[in-house]
Amino acid sequence: MDFDLMLKVYPFFLEAALTTIVLSVLTAILGLFCGALGAAARLSRFALLRFAGAAYVSLFRGTPALLQLFILYFGGPQIGIQLDAFEAGVIGLGINAGAYMTETIRGSIISIDKGQREAARTLGLSRWQATYKVILPQAARLMVRPLGVNLNMLVKATALVAAISVVELTYTAQRYIGSTYKPFEMFLLAGVLYMIIIYAVGRGVAWLDRKVQIT
Amino acid sequence: MGLDFTIIPKYMDIILLGVAWTIGITVSAALLSFIGGILFAVIALYAPWIIRQPFRLVEGVFMGTPLLLQLFLIYFGLVQIGIDLPAFVAGIIGLGLHFAVYNSELIQTAILAVDKGQMEAARTLGLSRSQALRKVVIPQAIRDVIPPIGNNMIALLKDSALVSVIGVSELTLSAQRVIGKTYRPFEFYILAAALYYIINLGMEWVQRRIERRISVSR
Repeated sequence: MDFDLMLKVYPFFLEAALTTIVLSVLTAILGLFCGALGAAARLSRFALLRFAGAAYVSLFRGTPALLQLFILYFGGPQIGIQLDAFEAGVIGLGINAGAYMTETIRGSIISIDKGQREAARTLGLSRWQATYKVILPQAARLMVRPLGVNLNMLVKATALVAAISVVELTYTAQRYIGSTYKPFEMFLLAGVLYMIIIYAVGRGVAWLDRKVQIT
Repeated sequence: MGLDFTIIPKYMDIILLGVAWTIGITVSAALLSFIGGILFAVIALYAPWIIRQPFRLVEGVFMGTPLLLQLFLIYFGLVQIGIDLPAFVAGIIGLGLHFAVYNSELIQTAILAVDKGQMEAARTLGLSRSQALRKVVIPQAIRDVIPPIGNNMIALLKDSALVSVIGVSELTLSAQRVIGKTYRPFEFYILAAALYYIINLGMEWVQRRIERRISVSR
């Protein structure tokens, strides 16, 4: 174990970890947005929207995220979409994560007892009011934990943008493995930082989950 | 530069060879992850404390870090300790170990969920502890865990694209090679994605058939 080397390069890893965190946060925001839209489409009254939602989930969950990034970043310019690597990373990963989150959000919503909606409608609430004031507040409590699992996966998925040369943790580790031939040391540095990020996400989700439960 | 999908047939042989490699790597890694998953689950549940605790720590590391990073570690790490494996072998080992850890989590839960009476009955009938595990408890646990393991295997197919980064000529890298010659990234990445999607649908079909089978035998 070459600790001197690790001490020398760790500041670069910290900087890279910051990029990973920013990337994760932006991706999570876009993912939640796409997930909410996707779930709304999948639960829509209109068959066309339901189909669009189902196609979104199936296509983006059915193909490798790495290829989705490549299509966006390398193929994008051919159809007039010019993005830098970081932007392509956030958009590509966000849309991908959104497909997984669509299923999480939809699952929480449909697990709310049908009687809740019927009762709300009977009491004179409109369809929209029943959804907004009765169903969603209950479903939101159920979705915190499973969305936390999605977030955990998302943080690890940000490593993929190393393949389009975004200088984040995995890219940095890869570069230093190449220049120092010390794979274990570099893995240890990057791995510990990833685990800290994932641990923090886990604690945050657990805190939020406790917060939203009715006691 | 507009889109031109008509050049695809000319390079289809390279792409199809990539498909064959992707399927081969996925199947080999899936087998490794299945056997490894059972082995890891038994270690995590039944090994002596001194082995079990460090083992769980390693499992935690595998679950808490990205697969891509693990692939770099395995590929370059093995070279460093003097084992120079071809990239595809390193890829299969990396994918297999990564998913073995995830399968092990599922199998552990399933083993603990098998009724205690099964073990007791087996012991009463004169089977040793390891016999009871191998012949009575684990087979029942495996049956319960086949559907979620199927989901892991579909995830494995998609993650097999990552081994392109360490230089394995599977579907993704084959597409990249063709793009290097034709400068048509959009067409060939879309083609590769469509082929992954088809393989994915095939795996889902097999998964449904297996699930129907085990639900009948229950």
